[in-house]
Amino acid sequence: MAVGLEASLGNSVITTKLDAIINWGRQYSLWPFIFGTACCAIEFMSAAASQHDISRFGAEVVRFSPRQADLLLVCGTISYKQAPILKRIYEQIPLPKWVVAMGACASSGGIYDNYCTVQGIDTIIPVDVYISGCPPRPEVVLDALIKIQQQIQGETVLHDRHKDFKGILD
Amino acid sequence: MNRTMREKIGAAFPDATCSTALDTVVVEVSPETLHNTLARLKNDAAFNCGLLLDVTAIDYLDHPQPQPARFAVVYTLRNWQDNLLVQVRCPVADPERGIPSACHLWGSANWGEREVYDQYGISFAGHPDLRRILNHWQFQGHPLRKDYPIGKGQICYETDSLEKEIRARLVENGINETTLKDINTEIMFLNLGPSHPATHGAIRILTALDGETILANVNEIGYLHRGFEKTAEHRTYNQIVPLTDRLNYCSSMINNIAYVKAIEAWLGVQITERAQFMRVVLTEFYRILDHLVCIAANLVDMGGLTNYWYLYNEKEAAYDFISRLTGARLTSSFTRIGGMYRDFYEGWKEDLEGHLRAIEKGIGDSLKLVETNRIVHDRTQNVCILPAETALSYGFTGPTLRASGVPFDLRKDAPYYNYQHFDFEVPVGSTGDIYDRFMIRFEEMFQSIRILRQAMKHIPEGPVDVADARVHLPPKSEVYGNIEGLANHFKLVFEGVKVPPGEWYDSFEAANGELGFHVVADGSGRPYKLKVRPPCFYIMGGFHKMVEGNMIADAIINLGCINIIGGELDR
Repeated sequence: MAVGLEASLGNSVITTKLDAIINWGRQYSLWPFIFGTACCAIEFMSAAASQHDISRFGAEVVRFSPRQADLLLVCGTISYKQAPILKRIYEQIPLPKWVVAMGACASSGGIYDNYCTVQGIDTIIPVDVYISGCPPRPEVVLDALIKIQQQIQGETVLHDRHKDFKGILD
Repeated sequence: MNRTMREKIGAAFPDATCSTALDTVVVEVSPETLHNTLARLKNDAAFNCGLLLDVTAIDYLDHPQPQPARFAVVYTLRNWQDNLLVQVRCPVADPERGIPSACHLWGSANWGEREVYDQYGISFAGHPDLRRILNHWQFQGHPLRKDYPIGKGQICYETDSLEKEIRARLVENGINETTLKDINTEIMFLNLGPSHPATHGAIRILTALDGETILANVNEIGYLHRGFEKTAEHRTYNQIVPLTDRLNYCSSMINNIAYVKAIEAWLGVQITERAQFMRVVLTEFYRILDHLVCIAANLVDMGGLTNYWYLYNEKEAAYDFISRLTGARLTSSFTRIGGMYRDFYEGWKEDLEGHLRAIEKGIGDSLKLVETNRIVHDRTQNVCILPAETALSYGFTGPTLRASGVPFDLRKDAPYYNYQHFDFEVPVGSTGDIYDRFMIRFEEMFQSIRILRQAMKHIPEGPVDVADARVHLPPKSEVYGNIEGLANHFKLVFEGVKVPPGEWYDSFEAANGELGFHVVADGSGRPYKLKVRPPCFYIMGGFHKMVEGNMIADAIINLGCINIIGGELDR
């Protein structure tokens, strides 16, 4: 016997837009890949742990294979040595994918304005949401997640968002 | 003691110039006599310098005092039994020709000299594997040279394959085509990282496997090299405190304290009694936090996820507690030269005791799960054994060295901040396996709790900052009230604390081992050079010695138990 929503709908048809239904599904089941390199990764651990509990937003299925993820969370400083690896990981994530630059270093190089630090990962890969802070508090990670969800809601599934992106490694 | 030691060393090396800087005997030798000096300091029972702590170089290009040569290489050695610290300095006129390598004397010289080569371009004759370590292989030039502009980044397009290195390592281990034919196997090369869940940061571990057994292992680091040392040269002394937060970011306060201690030592500033106690309290509290993360992550690698919640929840609570004191959860920046940023808040003592009880409970719950757990025992006991002499040769310090049975702890052997008056024990391992390295951290947490309770009982009242206008900002009433106070404030902020010219090394027992700072001051408000001696770096340098001959799964938990923190490893 059917319970819940399907019980009241019965054996019927609902009409909706593809964008609405697909994005609705995508936005509450983001699977993050944590590209954790530095201090920010520790704060991500806090965001995942009991007190802040990222699973309340449907993003607790942390993947360690980029092929199973759709949200790339770059937590920490990216050096020039690391850059080709970040790019490769990004390319291995199947479309559609979203990127969050967590913290000052990933967003802009932060306090490390020097010979070895990439001055913002958006010179390598396209970024959707930036989080400020050094390191940001776990709440802000959740905030960024909500922002990504809102962004997904307004997107069309037929559009490749970053087709024309060109970074320093391209 | 150092006076007699200086005379003794002076008598042993009549050609060398001997001096002292703080507790260190500094021996200045020529490149021709460098090798014999190092060998004698290591092998002569009178000196017995078993630990090569660090190798670094200085570029005197912009230095105000004239020097015999543009570069000098400094070897920092320690005799851990007698608390003897020796630095051997050698001028290098021609970096291309370089100086002889010390690799055959100490294993730690391998990575130490590679770093000097990478950062300063000084070559070491006889070094088995002289290539870049922190910067990428496509990098041109040497960033720590004074004529290298700080902002000149260089793009890396491709990762180094490391194929040559792993093959060389296989040959070194005596594995060639014939042996492979004899045992009828084929080698499989397996690469872990630098983006891998079990590497806890960006480290690359390349292994050559026979089945699951590791025949050879080569590691690459430097993925989190953020130019700490070059950046520090452009900051005033107090502005460097926030940079030190990000070395070992699991125990940021320990770095803050170790750094300002090194600067205060040379300035001759005696901080107040209360500040000393505060530093002990905060060091030990952060030591616990550091060990909590290490053990929690290590047990996750072993498959015991429940432990993560037991241990990490306490750490999470402690972060909120710390942010009440410092304003930040992770990056404390709580020390200043001459004291602390501020005093404990009212009610800190009770809050601390509450957290200690919660931590004790968390550790207790976790121990109940692992202490007599057969799986944990089978996976850790007699696995990845590291004998004491290898650990010493590779420059291991801290819990990882003590696990191999060497009872060296700076808090006991060269005490500072009244550590000699606290009642605590230094746990020592018996076999040097993963089990020892792992359990020693549990025990150290209990010992730290003991120290914390004693320190909170005896902490005196009083100011937390020295009243010394040379180093510490005047009170705001002075700054706004009279011109002297205003000028004092302005000068200290804009020009920085003026540190008298000189070179010295000062060390601190951090959570991972000996955290040292080698500073060169030129009399201005910014360091001419600031080298960190990170405990992780040398531990990682000996990683292959622990894992070769063991299984690939053991290498993972071995990496967890030595607590590699990228910020400190790569700086």
